Amino acid sequence: MHYKIDCGALRYLKVPQLLRGYIMFLNMSLSSFLQHLTNGISLGSLYALIAIGYTMVYGILRLINFAHGDIFMMATYFAFYAMVTFLLPWYISFFLVIVLTTLLGILVEKAAYRPIRNAPKISILISAIGMSFFLENLATVVFGGRPKAFPAPDIFTKIIHIGSISIQRLTIIIPIVTFVFLLFLLYLINRTKSGMAMRAVSKDYETASIMGVDVNKTISFTFGIGSALAAVGAIMWGMKFPQIAPLMGVMPGLKCFIAAVIGGIGNITGAVIGGFILGIGEIMLVAFFPNLTGYRDAFAFILLIAILLFKPTGIMGEKISEKV
Amino acid sequence: MKKKLAILLCVVMASTVFLGGCKKTGVNTSADKASSDVIKIGVFEPMTGGNAAGGALEIEGIKLANKLYPTALGKKVELVLVDNKSDKSEAANAASRLVEKDKVTAIIGSWGSGYSMAAGPIIKQAKVPTVATSATNPLVTKGNDYYFRVCFIDPFQGTVMANYAFTKLNAKKIAIVQEVSNDYAVGLAKFFADSFKKLTGDDKAILSVSNYNTGDQDFNAQLTNIKAQNPDAIFAPGNFTESALVIKQARQLGITVPFIGGDTWETPEFISIGKNDVEGATFSTFFATEKPITKESDKFLTEYRKEYSGKEPAAVAALGYDAYLILIDALNRVGSVDSVKLRDELAKTKDFQGAAGVINFDENRNAVKSAVIKEVKNGKFTFKEVIEPTK
Repeated sequence: MHYKIDCGALRYLKVPQLLRGYIMFLNMSLSSFLQHLTNGISLGSLYALIAIGYTMVYGILRLINFAHGDIFMMATYFAFYAMVTFLLPWYISFFLVIVLTTLLGILVEKAAYRPIRNAPKISILISAIGMSFFLENLATVVFGGRPKAFPAPDIFTKIIHIGSISIQRLTIIIPIVTFVFLLFLLYLINRTKSGMAMRAVSKDYETASIMGVDVNKTISFTFGIGSALAAVGAIMWGMKFPQIAPLMGVMPGLKCFIAAVIGGIGNITGAVIGGFILGIGEIMLVAFFPNLTGYRDAFAFILLIAILLFKPTGIMGEKISEKV
Repeated sequence: MKKKLAILLCVVMASTVFLGGCKKTGVNTSADKASSDVIKIGVFEPMTGGNAAGGALEIEGIKLANKLYPTALGKKVELVLVDNKSDKSEAANAASRLVEKDKVTAIIGSWGSGYSMAAGPIIKQAKVPTVATSATNPLVTKGNDYYFRVCFIDPFQGTVMANYAFTKLNAKKIAIVQEVSNDYAVGLAKFFADSFKKLTGDDKAILSVSNYNTGDQDFNAQLTNIKAQNPDAIFAPGNFTESALVIKQARQLGITVPFIGGDTWETPEFISIGKNDVEGATFSTFFATEKPITKESDKFLTEYRKEYSGKEPAAVAALGYDAYLILIDALNRVGSVDSVKLRDELAKTKDFQGAAGVINFDENRNAVKSAVIKEVKNGKFTFKEVIEPTK
């Protein structure tokens, strides 16, 4: 059933926003709604993919790696140069990008975090912000401030039509990639020896090192994995929104941080849930309250504030005594 | 060793911030402008951030003009380039810097009405004659005696595109997608809507106005709503990168109706990002290389192709060129760098032969000029027609 109510006339009445959203919902056909939902899931899984890298580094090191968004940005440039300048086929490029970004992540940790590991948490946080600015400005100088077009291979961007809904292949690929990495990480952390070392380091790295865990290696490993995830996220993001610029990592970085906090920072499953809530929430906000579109980013931040006020540990997070 | 490394790293970090922040040509001493043997012209343009491509095109034109006409009043003209970082508050900072630190004689800029408007009060207070390149919002020059511009304004541009949609596309119903945080886009959308409603005589000819923010990447929600409304065409004024993504995502959602827009679309990035999806996108702009208007146009075209190895100039490059020329011309006529005298002389400009057409200012210091309609065809901006201004 599908009712039609004249929205034009409503413009002149002082109809409350919420009611207006409800009327939009009634007027929307099923196919429009499903299209919105698809869009939301696609955006949400992208947020989730980047958020799991964010949250993993936090979970192990109790460090919010603010440079994560900028490592993500660097990865898109690596992909750009691999495919456009060196004309490598996409599968080799993607592999190279992941390797390079992993190395970059390890390097960032060595240069900016390791020397001050025993300093108060706030110093490392400031160092992370500094690293973020450094990467942004480095990219501006080296790659130039003009946006570049990300070369998305056709096999990922083909459109599939189901009824009146149009779906890009990527829309299906991204959630699958996200879930594969989610399972992989859960396995890695909970079932492998390296994972055990990571968990030990996260509990107490001094004790862990006494017990024979190579703390430096474990932390490098964690950063490597986190950055590799940023690289995968960057490739997917670049193909979906094929425009790259030195400051492109800022907003996704913040949004995925929010997604990680919503899910309970440090919890990987939570980050995925948080990513979906944020992505679908954003799309639905724009879909049902077109007047509030300008507040789309604000929505994410309001959500962050609300979560911090009412459930600081997030949806899946356990109680933690330490806070950054 | 570690300490040294840390210090080195700090130095590298700090230097990139400066390198990224601003670029300058030539040496700069803070000597008094009247007695100095150089005349400084400040340029504030987006060199980084979302509008960087537009700023770069205008700077190409300005630099070329500076190369061809390097002196005024027998003194060397030096350009002081400052990045406004595609940000309104940075634009105000950039203007302050030019006025206070570099003590420039005149200013050129900027791409983007919002940035020009942010710099307006500073320019007005400091009384530095300023020529806007491609800022088309009427408010840039309105009430600011020191702000001039070498392009037409949006009430005209909006009419041009509304006419095009009505007569050439036979559109009766149009949906608008605008970059809501951009003064230019919101202004142009409004002028377009007013004009289109008048043409159709239908108060509901504009089906909806959807918004997005500068820097947004995902427009699927807005476009899905538009798809359900079934418009005849979509008017999408906004920055080139966002607009290219809007069109791309619309095509992916199966929206096939024509997209029309404004002058900001004409950057190489619009096509390189939009690829096949922006084929057929039509917009109004200032100048077409297929239609040289003056002798200066020919000179500009030859020199530009020579300087930038055969590249075709965008309309805004010609505007950057004209902004510089019109300042040099006024300087030479007035024979002094006194800012008030220069402003008055600039206001007297009549039938100035610029590269992008003949410039005469109206009472609000806006150039009254024809508009050009261009379409993306086979991955190139191709000329469609010239629209003369209505008197």
